[in-house]
Amino acid sequence: MGYYILRRILATIPVVVFVMVFIFSLLYITPGDPAAILAGDQATQEEINFIRNELGLDRSFPVRFVEWSSGILQGDFGTSIFTRLPVAQMILQRVEPTVSLMVVVLIMAISVAVPLGVLAAWKHGSLLDRGIMLFAVLGFSVPVFVIGYVLAWFMGLQLGWLPVQGYVPLSKGFWLWLRMLLLPAATLATFYVAIIARITRAAMLEILLQDYIRTARAKGLSEWAVLFIHGLRNASVPIITVIGIGIAVMISGAVVIESVFALPGLGRLTVDSILRRDYPVIQAVILIFSFVYVLINLLIDLSYTLIDPRIRY
Amino acid sequence: MSDRPIDNEQYPAADPRTAILSPPPNHSPIVRSILQHPTMWIGAVLLLLVALVAVFAPLIATTDPAALDPGMRVKAPSADALFGTDMLGRDIFSRCVYGARVSPIVGIGVALCSSLVGLAIGLIAGFIRWVDNIIMRIMDGMMSIPAILLAIALMTLMRGGSIFNVVFAITIAEIPRVARLTRSAVLTVRELDYVEAGVACGTSKAGIIWRHIMPNTLAPITVQATYICASAMITEAILSFIGAGLPTSVPSWGNIMAEGRALWQVKPNIVFFPALFLSITVLAVNLVGDGLRDAIDPRLSKGV
Repeated sequence: MGYYILRRILATIPVVVFVMVFIFSLLYITPGDPAAILAGDQATQEEINFIRNELGLDRSFPVRFVEWSSGILQGDFGTSIFTRLPVAQMILQRVEPTVSLMVVVLIMAISVAVPLGVLAAWKHGSLLDRGIMLFAVLGFSVPVFVIGYVLAWFMGLQLGWLPVQGYVPLSKGFWLWLRMLLLPAATLATFYVAIIARITRAAMLEILLQDYIRTARAKGLSEWAVLFIHGLRNASVPIITVIGIGIAVMISGAVVIESVFALPGLGRLTVDSILRRDYPVIQAVILIFSFVYVLINLLIDLSYTLIDPRIRY
Repeated sequence: MSDRPIDNEQYPAADPRTAILSPPPNHSPIVRSILQHPTMWIGAVLLLLVALVAVFAPLIATTDPAALDPGMRVKAPSADALFGTDMLGRDIFSRCVYGARVSPIVGIGVALCSSLVGLAIGLIAGFIRWVDNIIMRIMDGMMSIPAILLAIALMTLMRGGSIFNVVFAITIAEIPRVARLTRSAVLTVRELDYVEAGVACGTSKAGIIWRHIMPNTLAPITVQATYICASAMITEAILSFIGAGLPTSVPSWGNIMAEGRALWQVKPNIVFFPALFLSITVLAVNLVGDGLRDAIDPRLSKGV
């Protein structure tokens, strides 16, 4: 068991290294002179040279990669081309809204999607099941910012229940903080609910046909206990896996939705950086989000052994 | 798996009583298919409509989608401008209609390119054991980079947002998914008897991959390609929406929405109508994809 955990942690190292090499080499594999492209059409030679020097394009690939990656391991993500501030500092200022948003989305999505999926599997083939699955397909098909606008327009502007723009730090009070996050979180959760509910339903359908479910029913357990204790626990591995995979979708969604709801988070920073062609910031945000994704999926892999003692490796 | 009750519902005639009481109605294959997969046919009809709109865009559009009209800025929907006008006075209806030419091209382009490259990578990984581990670790790495962020980085580094660049950027992000799917399909097919027979007959490795293994991976990849097409259209819209996609002069649905971004609280129509076009198209592609999946693997059926 301890050996497995160690091996699993070590196995993420090549993935992390590859991600770093890949993101770093984007500068080299795209056509044209990146320094000139990032500087824009009206740039002077001096500005182009500054960017070239800043990105290290004047040095050789291996030398630059070692410099760059050792900097990152020490928390130095380089300097912004636009603000000329350290990228790490710009990112730290923006972390709170994004992390808050994701935590609220996760809690919201799981607490809605799992019961929906269980319900759909339980009433398999019924109108309710069809309705839930139709919602799931719609959740896949409507772009996240469209859901955001519709929710904001209806709940925020028409009904006036919730604020549609801005962010209040958690230190100013829990309710104020949560109120600002409810609409963007509900928006992001829609897609997440769709994928989690679909997988929960599929996994539960499989489990509900097992003999031990029949046994549980036969010995007179309440339907609630059968579904949520005997059923859900055994269906939880695929559900947790899809929650992990969905993190990537949630990150992508956050990039967009922060612009819609004017949340000053990492996604907003990314979008602002696109317009400023501030590549060091974009690069750093990608790296950080990728690391988060790898880390969460590592934790999920490790959690399998806790959920299902049969998984020992 | 084999004794699932769902399977029995698929073949009502297998129950002798129903077979005697109500013989299966003698519909033509097309009618039967529509009755069995209504949602897939709804999707197909919607797609056909989108294709017609794209082909006949010049006839349907009421004005030139690029025509500026300073006197007609941010007008609400009316008889003159069905969906209203944007900040430059361009007619949103006409722009939405021409948008039907852009998004599907991006979606199909990404689906084709990523399927071909992913298929090749997956076949190699699945059949040549020593490269398998290397390739799959690389794919794992690529998959841990959120697709939209990867596309954003590529778009920032490329000069100008041509359709080609957008397709390229989204394709790179989608390849690992196809490669993984192909590999897993190859791994199951590889162990089957007829592949062994091929090896015993002395067929070359390339011949076995090409003639015996590849055709058996095409079904799941086709299904995957429809899903990729749908998600690529959304990604394109998102890229354009945040200013990392096609140039603003191109009337893509994402671009039209981007123009309504600043004004959405007062003029929701600028965002709403292109969003409707986009959502319907993506939904149609997803419905067709679900239908194809059910046709290929009936065990997964009975969803929506």
